[in-house]
Amino acid sequence: MTPPLELDGAGRRVQGRDIVADVSLSLQPGEMLGLIGPNGSGKSTLLNLMAGLMRPCRGEVRLNGQPMARLRRRQIAQRLALVAQSADTGDRITVREAVELGRTPWLDPLRPWSPRDDAAVAAALKAVDMAHMAARDWSSLSGGERQRAHIARAHAQSPQILLLDEPTNHLDIHHQLGILDLVAGLGTTTVIALHDLHHALRCDRVLVMQAGRCVALGPPAETLTPALIREIFAIEAELILHPGGARPVFAFQRLS
Amino acid sequence: MRMRAAAPGMARAGGRGMGRGWGWLWLAPAVLVAALFFGTAVGETRIPLATVIEVLAVKAGLSSAALDPIDASVIWHYRLSRAVVAACGGASLALSGLILQALLRNPLAEPYLLGISAGASTGAVLIAVAGVGGGLVGMSAGAFAGALTAFALVAGLAHAAGGGSGLRGAGVIILAGIAGSQMFNALTALIIAQSASAEQARGIMFWLLGNLSGVRWPDTGLALPVAALGLAVTLWHARALDAFTFGAEAAAALGIDLRRTQAVLIGTAALVTAVMVSIAGAIGFVGLVVPHAMRFLVGTRHARLVPATALAGAVFLVLSDVVSRIVIPGQVLPIGVITALVGAPAFAVVMVRGRQR
Ligand SMILES: Nc1ncnc2c1ncn2[C@@H]1O[C@H](COP(=O)(O)OP(=O)(O)OP(=O)(O)O)[C@@H](O)[C@H]1O
Ligand SMILES: [Mg+2]
Repeated sequence: MTPPLELDGAGRRVQGRDIVADVSLSLQPGEMLGLIGPNGSGKSTLLNLMAGLMRPCRGEVRLNGQPMARLRRRQIAQRLALVAQSADTGDRITVREAVELGRTPWLDPLRPWSPRDDAAVAAALKAVDMAHMAARDWSSLSGGERQRAHIARAHAQSPQILLLDEPTNHLDIHHQLGILDLVAGLGTTTVIALHDLHHALRCDRVLVMQAGRCVALGPPAETLTPALIREIFAIEAELILHPGGARPVFAFQRLS
Repeated sequence: MRMRAAAPGMARAGGRGMGRGWGWLWLAPAVLVAALFFGTAVGETRIPLATVIEVLAVKAGLSSAALDPIDASVIWHYRLSRAVVAACGGASLALSGLILQALLRNPLAEPYLLGISAGASTGAVLIAVAGVGGGLVGMSAGAFAGALTAFALVAGLAHAAGGGSGLRGAGVIILAGIAGSQMFNALTALIIAQSASAEQARGIMFWLLGNLSGVRWPDTGLALPVAALGLAVTLWHARALDAFTFGAEAAAALGIDLRRTQAVLIGTAALVTAVMVSIAGAIGFVGLVVPHAMRFLVGTRHARLVPATALAGAVFLVLSDVVSRIVIPGQVLPIGVITALVGAPAFAVVMVRGRQR
């Protein structure tokens, strides 16, 4: 079976520097893959390569087995949605109008808005618990509410693959976990850049980046070892089993 | 906050969904015809309304009454053709501003302020004094080349100076636009001084300020199809323009082919501006005032905003032209003076509102 998304030695060079180098990866259908790494390690760049928004300078990215470079933007957007790290607008639009943008790849002048699109938008608003805010002005939303609206927009796109760049930024702890549960519950194949290692523990696999390279890939509990964390983040970490049988937790200590 | 949510769609005529709320569009032809009639009926010399209607009826083949040849000529050859070109130009310039604002994510973008009109003037003048012929079409082609050159220069300069979206970016691109305008206006002056006769020069200078005095029916043969093309292309891309709400990268992620879309839309904005400049010179601020006013009335979604902007632009320029003819008795002001009188304060309002955000 062809993987939904494949990277084959993909790399990106900017101004003579490899900001992503030689990343190979094969997504499994339905999995949630966490991208972990320090600031500037290349997570956003890797997501942009996966989304086809950047061409790899080396290697190849394939969507359902087809080279990304040969697909049209519209075809890509019908299968894959991206929530970028920061995207804002000064336009006076409502939350609903922002979410409606997600239907763009499914519409054209000859195939206008239909009840099916209404249903997709309503379902997306409901999924992020924002149906009651649909008529709110974008400018009146808090940072976390904007983030949820962005996720609703991506969901309305009905993608097979969801790429999320630090979606839990700005969210309170309740909504952080809510977003992770929501994303897990969608059953969509997901790649999610994260900074919180506890969140990474909820992923099926994690890919650890350092200086543009993939240094580890695998199930989080086995991959995020104290030695790796010390090397990547310069902190001492110890994984402590939860006495009540819930997820284990990290104890951190910064190394000077 | 909850209270606001309880009043959906407040302060905005927009309904829900991207393609609905079209009812008001049926008014458009009526409003346009009324504006054209007004532009035909009012002018420096007073002609009774009955005569105006009679002339129009005869010309439309609905009547065969005997006409005063001077009245008929003023109304038909001078005023109506002028009103039609004003309507086409207003729609063109307003759409051009709308496209530039959406693509550049910049509320102050407008062909005049970005130096595109100045570049078009240079191109048109160059063709006119070079005497290569081709008439209005030749001048328009020159203006189109000039407009594209100016856009490339100004956008490149703004990019090099670190302009992005947001008000800071808006400031940078306007500064680049000023630099571009000054340069192209200087070039135009240089070309005129170098190669035009004194009489030619006076004519060109008058035209440069934005002026519809010389307009006759043949001009509509270019203005009408180009305005219609501009409207059709912009409408076709209404959803793509919406997709730029969160920036160009977000638009690409929504499936918009950035290169093709930007090329087609910027090309359209440059083309309609160029043709308008060839016919009537550089008329400023229409592209700024009209789209912002229409956003306020019909919301920011382009399926409604594009037709509303085209209609309002047409009406705005026809009315501006009427005002330019009657505000000082016995004297016709360049229409650019009127649009700037409305536009400069609007520019200030947009700037202040952007800062408060
Ligand atoms: N267009 C560019 N030109 C030059 N350098 C770039 C460019 N884009 C990214 N970089 C650099 O590439 C590196 C990786 O950037 P990227 O945004 O992918 O990191 P990241 O892992 O997402 O970081 P963060 O956690 O802060 O979001 C950074 O050092 C960044 O400065
Ligand atoms: Mg990042």
